Amino acid sequence: MLKLGPVEIAKYPFVEDASSYIRDIGITLEKLGTDPDLQIFIDMAMKRIRTAADGGVYESLPDMLDKRRMMFETLSFLVAVILLKLCGMQTLIRRFALAEARRAEKNLGVDLRIHPADKFELAKRLIGDLFSVNIEYINGDLSVPVQDYLTRAINFHEREWNLVNRRVSKGRVYLTRHETVRLLRTEISSYIQAKIRSAKMPTMQSGFEKPVTELIDLAKRFASETVIVSGEHPPCIKHAIEILERGENLPHSGRFMLATFLLNRGQSVEQIAPLFKNAPDYNERTTMYQLRNLSGESGGGTKYTCPSCEKIKSNDMCFANEKCDGIFTPLHFGRKK
Amino acid sequence: MDGKNSMNDQDVKLLERSFKRYYLSHLTEIPVPTDIAKREFGYKKFTGGMIRHMNVQDEKAMRLLLVENSPADVYCSNSYYLFPNMDMKKKDWQGADLIFDIDAKDLHLDCRYSHTCRVCGECKNVYKESSKCPQCNSIKHISSSWPCKNCINAAKKQVVKLVDILENDLGICADLIEIYFSGNEGFHVHVGKTEYNMLEPRARVALGDYIRFYNVMPETYGVRRSKIDRKKFPTEDDPGWHGRVAKKFFGKNAPRSTSNTEYVKIAEKLKNAQYTMGACIDMQVTGDIHRIFRMPGSLNSKSGLAKILCTDLAKFDPYQDACFIDCDLVKISAQCPIRFSLGGRTYGPYIKETKVEVERFAAVYMMCKGTAHAISS
Ligand code: SF4
Ligand SMILES: [Zn+2]
Ligand SMILES: [Zn+2]
Repeated sequence: MLKLGPVEIAKYPFVEDASSYIRDIGITLEKLGTDPDLQIFIDMAMKRIRTAADGGVYESLPDMLDKRRMMFETLSFLVAVILLKLCGMQTLIRRFALAEARRAEKNLGVDLRIHPADKFELAKRLIGDLFSVNIEYINGDLSVPVQDYLTRAINFHEREWNLVNRRVSKGRVYLTRHETVRLLRTEISSYIQAKIRSAKMPTMQSGFEKPVTELIDLAKRFASETVIVSGEHPPCIKHAIEILERGENLPHSGRFMLATFLLNRGQSVEQIAPLFKNAPDYNERTTMYQLRNLSGESGGGTKYTCPSCEKIKSNDMCFANEKCDGIFTPLHFGRKK
Repeated sequence: MDGKNSMNDQDVKLLERSFKRYYLSHLTEIPVPTDIAKREFGYKKFTGGMIRHMNVQDEKAMRLLLVENSPADVYCSNSYYLFPNMDMKKKDWQGADLIFDIDAKDLHLDCRYSHTCRVCGECKNVYKESSKCPQCNSIKHISSSWPCKNCINAAKKQVVKLVDILENDLGICADLIEIYFSGNEGFHVHVGKTEYNMLEPRARVALGDYIRFYNVMPETYGVRRSKIDRKKFPTEDDPGWHGRVAKKFFGKNAPRSTSNTEYVKIAEKLKNAQYTMGACIDMQVTGDIHRIFRMPGSLNSKSGLAKILCTDLAKFDPYQDACFIDCDLVKISAQCPIRFSLGGRTYGPYIKETKVEVERFAAVYMMCKGTAHAISS
């Protein structure tokens, strides 16, 4: 595994193993949970989680060259992971992972500059190790292999991500730094989520109890926000909702299917919009705009209908069960024959 | 064309025997697909019916398949599987070579009409220039096309464009690119093992769209609705589509400013460029990883010509170089309204049903296209 210096660990703390890092700097979990002098780390961690929960990105402390500050940065992340594990609320974990992924994206964007070379080398190795993508500078331009580009970009539905709208040469696709990290966004957040999921469950300490209760309350606030979906939905729709709930990327065709289905079932744009909140590329304005278009509220005024089962099948989004027998649109699912 | 239903027992016998003679005398020249044991095989008989999901362990088993089963067509997957003979779900996909299909019929050439005829689905009458059978008034028919030189040359041009993109844009080494004549109206371009082998269908479609120059937007080249971004203009030295677009649309004619109408005009130009600059590949084929393809070295039952490797595309003449059926004379009854050249000779047209004695390869060609029948000698 990649060996990072303190500055890099502060920027990409998720690469570290929480318990061994803490052990290495000579702090025990008990001490962290009981020593009032260390309370500050818990406070910082809580701030970091709250920022993430509100959809913000935690801003690094200024003056990152100060060694103590870097340790603060790293510890606040690792303590946040401990608290999240203890509270066990998946919505919070997901939001936290997403926000931390955005933060890592920002840092990677800076580090991927061609100069200084050592920073670039590190960012390149980090991306190579974690996501097996080989980034290079060729004639001063950043590039990735076509096949690595394609497997990721097919999940983006903006036309500019079509390979044909890219500069391609000798098996490589040329991207800006910003585009390169955007390409990896989903993977960074799933990596962080997986890392939190697989981390060892810490033992509860007295000093953790209060913050953990607070986190559970915080998570409940979000729980009430999720869309209440009534009636039994066909498997394709359920599957799409699950993907979104996990914070994963649902392809454009899937979003279209889900939105048109729910709109046709009489749900309103406002009721549906929160469903898409967890999507890795969520943007409130565009989501509302697209939903209004589909519902016929704006645009040409035509209300779109749900795609047919056949169309859904061809998009690999059909998970038919026996209740699907004989229907040709998800809208007919569960109708008495 | 699916000539089988216009075929009688004698036709089947003649075709099977002719094909078998080819396979027997060329057996050692037929290339063995790489990793043969990991591929799915299949074949069709002249009597109809398709057999799929077979595995062929080695060269010996492949030869046996060719001579024992009297196949009309033989197919082999571009995909590799752990268990090629299981059904699709259990095969365990291990990757697939890139494969591209270029077919003259997709090029919408003007000559096409002149060399297409119809075989009546009811009375087997062969006719041209009529919407229904002049003999029995049925509209049921099978179209039968006789690609001409123009067709083949147009298809070759597409191959050249494709190979340029594969090598220069996608970085595929020339040694890994094999061009095959399909045995009928076009070419199959096979790409051996590369980093692209693991791509899923959607990614293959995106790759295909790149090759076709499909779905391009003017913004890519610095042209937006509201303004132009000269920094993004392509230059002739740019690699890939940027360079090709620069040569064709920029330079002296580069837009100086844009309005919405200007933008629309450029968008239209780029859209049309897919037909002139893009390589016309069959997208159904490009995106499908569970398909089986005509096997190199096998005969095509639409023509009796072989699917063979073209080492010199420019010089390649399918009517000479892919015609391997024996040249002994056979008697047939032909009704073939199209004049065609094959194996250095010219045949037809036979407007009325005519009993003729022709070389076996020509007899097979006409029979495969549904315009001749065997006569017992
Ligand atoms: S059959 Fe239709 S309703 Fe059922 S899962 Fe497939 S697409 Fe959905
Ligand atoms: Zn007829
Ligand atoms: Zn022609």
